Formats: sequence, structure tokens, C-alpha cells
Amino acid sequence: MGFFIAQLLTGLANAAALFLVASGLSLIFGVTRIVNFAHGSFYMLGAYVGITLMGVLPGVLGPYLGFWGAIVLTGLIVGLAGALVEIVVLRPIYRAPELFQLVATFGVILVIQDLALMVWGAEDQMGPRAPGLRGVFRIFGEPIPKYDIVLICITPFILLALWALIAKTRLGVLVRAATQDREMVAALGVNQRWLFTGVFALGSALAGWGGALQLPKGGADLLMDFNIIGPLFVVTVIGGMGSLPGAFIAAVLISVLNVFGVAYLPQSTLVLMFVVMAIVLIVRPYGLLGKEEVAGEHGQSGAPETPIRPFGRRGRLAVAGLLLVMALLPLVTQPFALVLLTDIVIFALFAASLQFILGTGGLVSFGHAAFYGGGAYAAALMVTYAKTPMEIAFLFAPLGAGMLALVIGWFCIRLSGVYFAMLTLAFSQLVWSLVFQWRAVTRGDDGLIDIWPSAWLSGTVPYYYFTLVVGVLGILFLRTVIHAPFGYALRAGRDSARQAEAMGIDVKRVQYVAFALAGALAGLAGGLFVFAKGSVFPTELEIGKSFDALIVVFLGGVKTLSGGIVGATFMAAVEDWLTRLHYWRLLLGLLIIAVVILAPEGIVGSARRLGLRLGLVKHTEAD
Amino acid sequence: MTEILRVENLAKSYGTFEAVKGISFTVREGEMKALIGPNGAGKSTCFNMLTGQIRPTRGEVFLDGARITGLPPRVIWRRGVGRTFQITGTYQSMTVIENVQMALISHNRRVFSLFGRARALYRTEALALLDRVGMADQAERPCSVLAYGDLKKLELAIALAHRPRLLLMDEPTAGMAPSARIALMQLTADIVTEEGLSVLFTEHDMDVVFAHAHHIMVLNRGELIADGNAAEVRANPQVQDVYLGGGMLFKEIDHA
Repeated sequence: MGFFIAQLLTGLANAAALFLVASGLSLIFGVTRIVNFAHGSFYMLGAYVGITLMGVLPGVLGPYLGFWGAIVLTGLIVGLAGALVEIVVLRPIYRAPELFQLVATFGVILVIQDLALMVWGAEDQMGPRAPGLRGVFRIFGEPIPKYDIVLICITPFILLALWALIAKTRLGVLVRAATQDREMVAALGVNQRWLFTGVFALGSALAGWGGALQLPKGGADLLMDFNIIGPLFVVTVIGGMGSLPGAFIAAVLISVLNVFGVAYLPQSTLVLMFVVMAIVLIVRPYGLLGKEEVAGEHGQSGAPETPIRPFGRRGRLAVAGLLLVMALLPLVTQPFALVLLTDIVIFALFAASLQFILGTGGLVSFGHAAFYGGGAYAAALMVTYAKTPMEIAFLFAPLGAGMLALVIGWFCIRLSGVYFAMLTLAFSQLVWSLVFQWRAVTRGDDGLIDIWPSAWLSGTVPYYYFTLVVGVLGILFLRTVIHAPFGYALRAGRDSARQAEAMGIDVKRVQYVAFALAGALAGLAGGLFVFAKGSVFPTELEIGKSFDALIVVFLGGVKTLSGGIVGATFMAAVEDWLTRLHYWRLLLGLLIIAVVILAPEGIVGSARRLGLRLGLVKHTEAD
Repeated sequence: MTEILRVENLAKSYGTFEAVKGISFTVREGEMKALIGPNGAGKSTCFNMLTGQIRPTRGEVFLDGARITGLPPRVIWRRGVGRTFQITGTYQSMTVIENVQMALISHNRRVFSLFGRARALYRTEALALLDRVGMADQAERPCSVLAYGDLKKLELAIALAHRPRLLLMDEPTAGMAPSARIALMQLTADIVTEEGLSVLFTEHDMDVVFAHAHHIMVLNRGELIADGNAAEVRANPQVQDVYLGGGMLFKEIDHA
């Protein structure tokens, strides 16, 4: 009994910080419709700033005022940082295609990571104890830290204060109005720019407070930003995007569940959270207290797309020429360049498969790595346990990934927009945690090793050719599908699902098949990857891997297949070059932000526009 | 004339509010029938129940004797019902002709073809349809640059692509200039006569209604208060009551 209550109280105490951070994310999404991946970074920033202030302020203000004053001040400082990010990075790109902003927020993550490294160093920092709250209370004989009890007591007040802010103040009225109908609020003469900045600052401040408040229980380290993203999105989605009470309930639910998971099912802690989220979304697709998202209620943002055209003669010649050069390269270059090129081709295929479902299908998947890594693992497991020869194991990569996509897609396709994105993220995390924690089969983070190609393909040059042929065929297949009736039907469903349904097209079924196809092609890329490296680790299934592909597709340009390929090439080359530098994340982050601001249509789209202006590309009417 | 559409006691409630209160009517083969009524009368709700966008609370819909109540829109479309929307929903990223080709591809059950160029399929048929509505010269333009009236014409061509027996048009002329309205409805009327299809349409513009509808139904607060030819509807005191100022409008038409 005592143990049970102790666990419950610990869970409730953990919920405090999580709720603060999640409510900030929820607010920002509700008003600006930005999925802010950098929110975890503000949480981390809060922890670091908090530690610094807690080192300084108590000397000036005394222990009590110093400690609590430091927490309050931390939120204000992080809020300011949030406002700065909003003004500098996000403001220029609100008019860009939907969800494009998340690429910019990813750039922000990288920048903040390296800035934190510069300022606070690489070592983990312990949080200071709260003054006067060092000991424990005994409850049913179990020790409960006093600070935990304080956290449990103040969390409802935080909820109440936020609720009052939203329900009673003018800012709150604007926030609620904007959450419901942004266009209308703008039409009523509200200065939307400053409303967005204000909300972003408030949301960031909440993240900062969350980071500072958890200090006595934890501390600050450079992995905080990524570690909290999982629980953060789970809480926001379970609660319902944009709902504060929902975030509160979900934060408590997840924190308590987590504590009990650690106690009773230590092997499945990571899986548990995402299983709960998947169940909630299947039963209540918009979260516990969320409202249905009406897709495209206010029309598409950004300029309408121009009709697609296959490459003309000149374009085809250029591609053929490029392929010829790539085929001849092994004659002149060093092996390491071929290794890089192999990576690029694999990445390009992976990105192209995401581009297919994202651009052509309009389905933004946040968990595409599940199929890439899934394919890699499918092949690796065949080799490891069934001793299958490479030629056959390789086929299991697209096959296994395609089947996985059929299962995951069955749950996800019924949702749309950001909820679809979140559910794919949840499922990919589920796959990742399965692989990570099911050590008996997958060997966890030791990975599966010794997965080498057959003799006729071993060696850098033969495998390069193999990758080139498979990769190019995969991309050509996608291209064929895009221009085939199926691709048109997929686009029709994206442009206007209502119209498509009203002309006999089963939109959900088309999307389901497309999702499976994209998964299979991602798996193909994963298969190429595993035999190129000879091993596979859970990192290939991580959120980070999914984000890599997303960034590449958005950077290259969502609208054309070539966007994904160009983006992948650009990214792989830049990363290869930048990672040799010390603060490469900072540079890469700044580069991403710069591309996002300068080329809001992606590299391909903006290059095309530039070509139009210079008269290099033929003008069509829609430009 | 045989009836193509039969609606029996069709109703839709939202909570305690009854948007459509159990209406019954028929549409006969080859006729153009208008459904009119003030804003909020339940016209669009009624329409969306006929084409499957909304599931009725009770009542039945029969197409050519077969029950189609509550079927999804795509199935009703396959049974031979075409529809246009009040707010057009054409595919913005496609050209004019590709929009029509898409309907033809679906009609020929080629949606799941992974190979072959969609642009090369059913071009002749698509061009003929565009020609029918006077849009052939704009076939290769992107849909996103079309003038509103042309978009309406394109929608008509799309709706005709699967050779429907019944065409449902929700406010076909809303937002158009008066002269363009008459032209579009004249075009529709010509097609109706030539192809022998039937049309049910909602409309706000009484000029359009009285010039083209063979029969008129009046919906008010979810109830059908009149169903007959132009003269009968005009003479109906309940209708005159609903359209208070509208009485003037009816007289103007008499002079015309």
C-alpha cells in the first residue's frame, strides 16, 4: 500500500514539469498552428539558465527568495528567447506551406544545442536542492521528498493560473479566438504578428519554468531537449492539441504510468507511453479533450501548386548525363567518395519515398524512419537468425517494411493533418522502443552486426553500383506511380477529398495503398543501408532519423519528387563537410534556418522561380 | 414519365434541432426541378443527404427504385448520380483537362493503376466533354487560374463525365454575374434535353429558377411547403408568405 502511494505521488510530482512544458506547446500550436519541435530546447534552456541563476541569486536575495526568484526569472528569460526566435526565424515564413515551419524549428534545436554546449559545457549538471525542502516526508513508511509534495501542491495552482489567464484576460480571449479562427481574428483588426509573438513567448516561458522547476529532482544535460520530445508530444496529443485541461490530465496520466512502468514492467517503459497514446488516438482520434481538426478549413496556405509535368527532353538528358557521370565515377574517385555517394543515393531513395506520401499524398508522416529502420532490421534479422543469403534477405527489407506500413497505416490513415503526423510518430517510437528493449531478439542497442552482402557485391565499388541501380530504379518507380492514374488519384484526394469522394475515388484506400508503397520503398533504402554498413542499430529507427528525412524533403521542396532527391544530396554533402568542424550543429542549424527563410519553396521550387525570372525556364501560366 | 429519384419522409436532426423534417418528393426522368427556399431552410442538408455526404436521421432515398439511403458519396456517384458543389472543389494542382480525365479514370475503374501515364488516358473523351461546356480552348490551363464562371463550367463537365442519369447541382450560379447565370443554366438545359438526364438544383436567383425549372419545390424551416409548376408555386399563399418581398419578384417575371 505504502509503496503504491509513494509511486503515485512520485508520478504526480513528475507531472508538474511535464504539464508546464506541454501546456506551452499546446498553446503555441493552438494559436499559430506551428508544431514546435524546438520546444524541448526551451525546456533545456530553462534548466541551464535556472542552474546559473540559482548559483547567483541566493547570494544576493537570500536562499528562499533566491531559489524561487531564480525559477520565476528563468521563465521570463526563456520567454524572451522564444520571442526572439519567433521574430527572427518564424515570422518570415508564416506564409510558407503548412508544416514548413517545423523545419525551421528543427534548425533552432541544433543552434540551441551547440549554444548550450558552448556556454555550459558538455558535462551533466546536478540541480541544486530547494532551500528548506531537502528532507523527506514519511507517508505510510515510504520516504517522499518534500520537494515532490510541494510540486504536487502547486501543480493545480499552475493549471488554475493558466486557466484564469486564458479565460479571464484580454490576451486569453484573443488566444481562444485565434485558436478557433485565425482569419477572423485578423479580420477584426487584432495585430496577429504580436499575438503570435506573445503566445510563442508565453509558451516558451512555460517550457523554461518546467525546466527550472524540475532542477531539484534532476538537473541539466544536453540530451534533455530530445528526451522530452517523446513524452511532450504524447501528452499534447493524448490531451488534445490546444487543450490545457487535456494536457494536465494527460501529463498526470503519463507520469504516473511511467513511474508504475518502471516499478512493474521495467523492460517496457518506453513502449508503454506510446501504446497508451495509440489506444487513445484510435478511440478518440483528436485526443481526450481536443476538437476535430477540420482539414483545409481555410484553404491551402501558400500559392497553389502548378500542374506536374514529366521532365522535358532537356531535363531527361540532364538526368541521363548525371547518371552516366555517377556510373563512371568509380574509375576516377577515391573509395571514401564512393562511400559518401552510396550514402547519398540511399538517403535520396528514403527521402523520395517520404516525398511521395508527403508531397503527392499530402500526408505528413513524422515516423517514416520506422519503415527505413524496419526494412533494415527485417533483412538483418533474416541474416542473423535464418542465415538467409543476402539476395533473399534483401527482398525482406521492402517486404517487411511494406507489411509494417500496412499495419501502422491501418491505424493512422483514418486521421489527417497534425494528428496523422503524431500517430505516425507514436507508432515509429513504438517500433523503436520494441527494437531497443526487446534485447533477446534485436540485441537492443548492441545492434545486429555482420550483415554483409554476398561475395559478388562486396567491396565499395560493386556495392556502389548495386546501390545506384536499385536506388535509381526505386526512384523511377515512384516517378512512374506519380504520373500514373494512382498518383493522380492520390493528388486528387489531397487537393479536395470531398470532390474525389464525389467522383467515386475511395480516398482513404488510395492513401492507405500509397502509405504502404512509401513504406516499402523506405524499407528498400533501409535494406541498401544495412548491407552497406554491415550492421544496424536502433538509431536508424529514431525520431531523429524521421526528422532528417522530413527536413530534407522540406528543404529540397515538397512539391516535386526531385525536391527530396536534391534535398538529400545537399544535406548529406553538407553534413559530411560540416561534421568535421567543432560546432557543426550550430552551423548546420543556421544553414537550415537560412535556407528556410531564403527559399521558402524549397531548393527546387525557389531555383525554378529564379530560373523563371532569369528566363532560363519556360514560363507557364500559373507562375 | 417515370421517376428517377424518390425521396420518402427524409429527415435530419442535429440534437433537438430538426434541419429537415421528413420531406417526400420525386424527380421524374428528363425534368429540371428546382429546390428553393430562404437561407437556412435546409436545402443544402437535403442535398447532402441525397448524395451521401450526410447520413439521414430517418427516411429513404431511392434511385430508379433501388435504395441508396446512407451510402457513401462515391457509391452513389457510381450508381449514376453526378453532383456539383456550392463551393467548387476542383483539383487546384491539375490542369482543366486533367480534372475531367480524373473523373473518367475513376469511372473506368483505373484509379489503382500504378503504371501508364494518366495524362494520356481518355483525352478525347475529356476534350469532348470540355467542348460540350465551351471550355475546350482552356483545356491545358492550370485550374488555379480559371475565372469563377469557367470553374463552374468545368465542374459541370466533370459532373457529366460518367454519363449520370441524375445531376444534382447545389447553387450552380451562386456568385456569378446575371448574364453568366442565364448562360450557364441555358447550357445545362440544353444538355438535359440532349442527353435525356434529370436535374435537381437549388438556387437563390428566382430569374434562373422560373426560366429553367419545369417544377419547383419550396422548402421552409425543413418542411416542403410547395411542389408544382411555376404557376402553382407562385399562386401558393404559403410561398408568398415566406417570400414576403419576393412577391414582387414573381410579378416581374410575369411581365418578362
